[in-house]
Amino acid sequence: MATLTLEHVKKSFGETKVIHGVDIDVAEGEFIVIVGPSGCGKSTLLRMVAGLEGVSEGEIRIGGDRVNEKEPMARDIAMVFQNYALYPHMSVAENMGYGLKIAKTPKPEIATRVQEAAKLLQLEPYLKRRPRELSGGQRQRVAMGRAIVRRPAVFLFDEPLSNLDAKLRVQMRLEIKQLQRKLGVTALYVTHDQVEAMTLADRMIVMNAGVADQIGAPLDVYADPETAFVAGFIGSPPTNFLPASRFGGTEGEQLGIRPEHLSLVAPGEGRIAGRVISVEPLGAETLVHLRLEDGTDVTVRQEGGAEAPGEGMEAGLSWESAAEMRFDAEGRRMRGT
Amino acid sequence: MEKRVIFKGVWLPLLLIAPQMLITAVFFFYPAGQAVWQSLFIPDPFGLSMQYVGLGNFEYLLSDPYYRASFLTTAIFSTLVTLVSMGLALYLAVLADRLIKGSGTYRTLLIWPYAVAPAVAGVLWMFMFNTRVGVITWYLGQLGYDWNHVLNGTEAMGLVVIASAWGRISYNFLFFLAGLQSIPRSVIEAAAIDGAGFWTRFRTIVFPLLSPTTFFLLVVNIVYAFFETFGVIHTITAGGPQQSTTILVYKVYADGFVGQDLGSSAAQSVILLLVVGALTVLQFKYVERKVHY
Repeated sequence: MATLTLEHVKKSFGETKVIHGVDIDVAEGEFIVIVGPSGCGKSTLLRMVAGLEGVSEGEIRIGGDRVNEKEPMARDIAMVFQNYALYPHMSVAENMGYGLKIAKTPKPEIATRVQEAAKLLQLEPYLKRRPRELSGGQRQRVAMGRAIVRRPAVFLFDEPLSNLDAKLRVQMRLEIKQLQRKLGVTALYVTHDQVEAMTLADRMIVMNAGVADQIGAPLDVYADPETAFVAGFIGSPPTNFLPASRFGGTEGEQLGIRPEHLSLVAPGEGRIAGRVISVEPLGAETLVHLRLEDGTDVTVRQEGGAEAPGEGMEAGLSWESAAEMRFDAEGRRMRGT
Repeated sequence: MEKRVIFKGVWLPLLLIAPQMLITAVFFFYPAGQAVWQSLFIPDPFGLSMQYVGLGNFEYLLSDPYYRASFLTTAIFSTLVTLVSMGLALYLAVLADRLIKGSGTYRTLLIWPYAVAPAVAGVLWMFMFNTRVGVITWYLGQLGYDWNHVLNGTEAMGLVVIASAWGRISYNFLFFLAGLQSIPRSVIEAAAIDGAGFWTRFRTIVFPLLSPTTFFLLVVNIVYAFFETFGVIHTITAGGPQQSTTILVYKVYADGFVGQDLGSSAAQSVILLLVVGALTVLQFKYVERKVHY
């Protein structure tokens, strides 16, 4: 267990700047999720913490010690890779015990610790098998087992669930969270899936083009996004954006309203009008997609029981002014207006 | 799971494998059959008649000390060629795999020797080590070493091993490099995080994962050392001095075409065929078990 600090961390490959300066302070035992679209630099940032990429500028500290120049093995971290990166020629037990064996841990202790981890992850029946004889979910567990066995100060996860099918992903998500709580290890988790980020994180970092747009607890980020990018990226279905000039703002400004804050009213009423282009009933909720006169598409989220208009019908839209989020032309949040 | 296409009927599959079968029949089965047949006879010096001697040729050969010495020479020669060419190729491939800039040039340069025919390579090395005008011989002389592979059997063996292995390094290098590059980057990174330094990673992760390539190259290189090194030996030492570099395949040539003992030469070919066949079977049986596919 340890704290993890990133201070003005920057990365460039030659002339190309990939990460433009990220600052984070991770408390002991905290679960931090870095979320962002592909190419935003989130994996690079994680690999810098792991020591697999050099740090161009700034400082990374683990447990207060500067680790910029340290080899990965000297950083007291463990990493779970997207493709699991298991050693194909070793059994599950050998895979999990590899790090300890290298550290010249006595054999009986390796066996005990592997056994403990296997029990925790329900891998006991598979200890003698090779990775290729396991299912995707089991391989994922072995990869986690390999990380747990070494009792590192920090866990790093690089999109560990993206190779699993949807159902298994939900299950493993819960397991990862429980495991991290049980072990109390500081964790840094990278994903492009905002649902994973929302459900796992104590705090999340939303990254956009090499910049940490916002850092905060998931619900705070959701309720109060700092930028238009965060508002659009976090939340499903995404935030609707309307040109603010129509509602008393200046040219270029945008008005963001979450789908659940919009409500459908009779045609001619409400603050704006549109035509229903499709309706998606999902059971507990219904998504109504409308196209406004200026061509903007808008999604309204209704309770599943509420009556939805048919396709092609005209409808009015209304919302509480308090639910509006205003963003300036650069996408930054404008407050107090 | 491999995907197979299953053809119905007999004629289409037969037609499809016919060209390969034909080539194998004409260039392998027919000569091999001829060799087996001829090994049972002794022709007269003018080739006009043949006398049936049963296994006489084989009996004579196996009691011939020169022939038995040639077995040992072959064993030493092929072991050394295989070890040197595979060892150096692996070393170079590991270096090339770590390169980020200029790896293309480096690779191309390393592949070039493969384009040099064995006999030409033999001549190149012979000139460099020529006892009178050789560049390397001269340098060795400056260092106080008197190189003379024409008189010294050990030096002759060293020279043919180097010359044979040299041409082979490119081929092995290519396969090793491809093998190295097919090992997932993340597996190596995982090992690095697990605390394995470069050498430990190589020993416990890279080399085991490379084993299919290594096994394939082992089989191919031993066959190469047994047969295709003829050109190198013929140009550099012609089997000498005092038969110290006469490997089995060279002796087949020397006894048959030079010595005109066609019966013995045929018997030698048959033995050589059996030896290489047996070696390959042994490798598949014992070495392949240690291979992780």
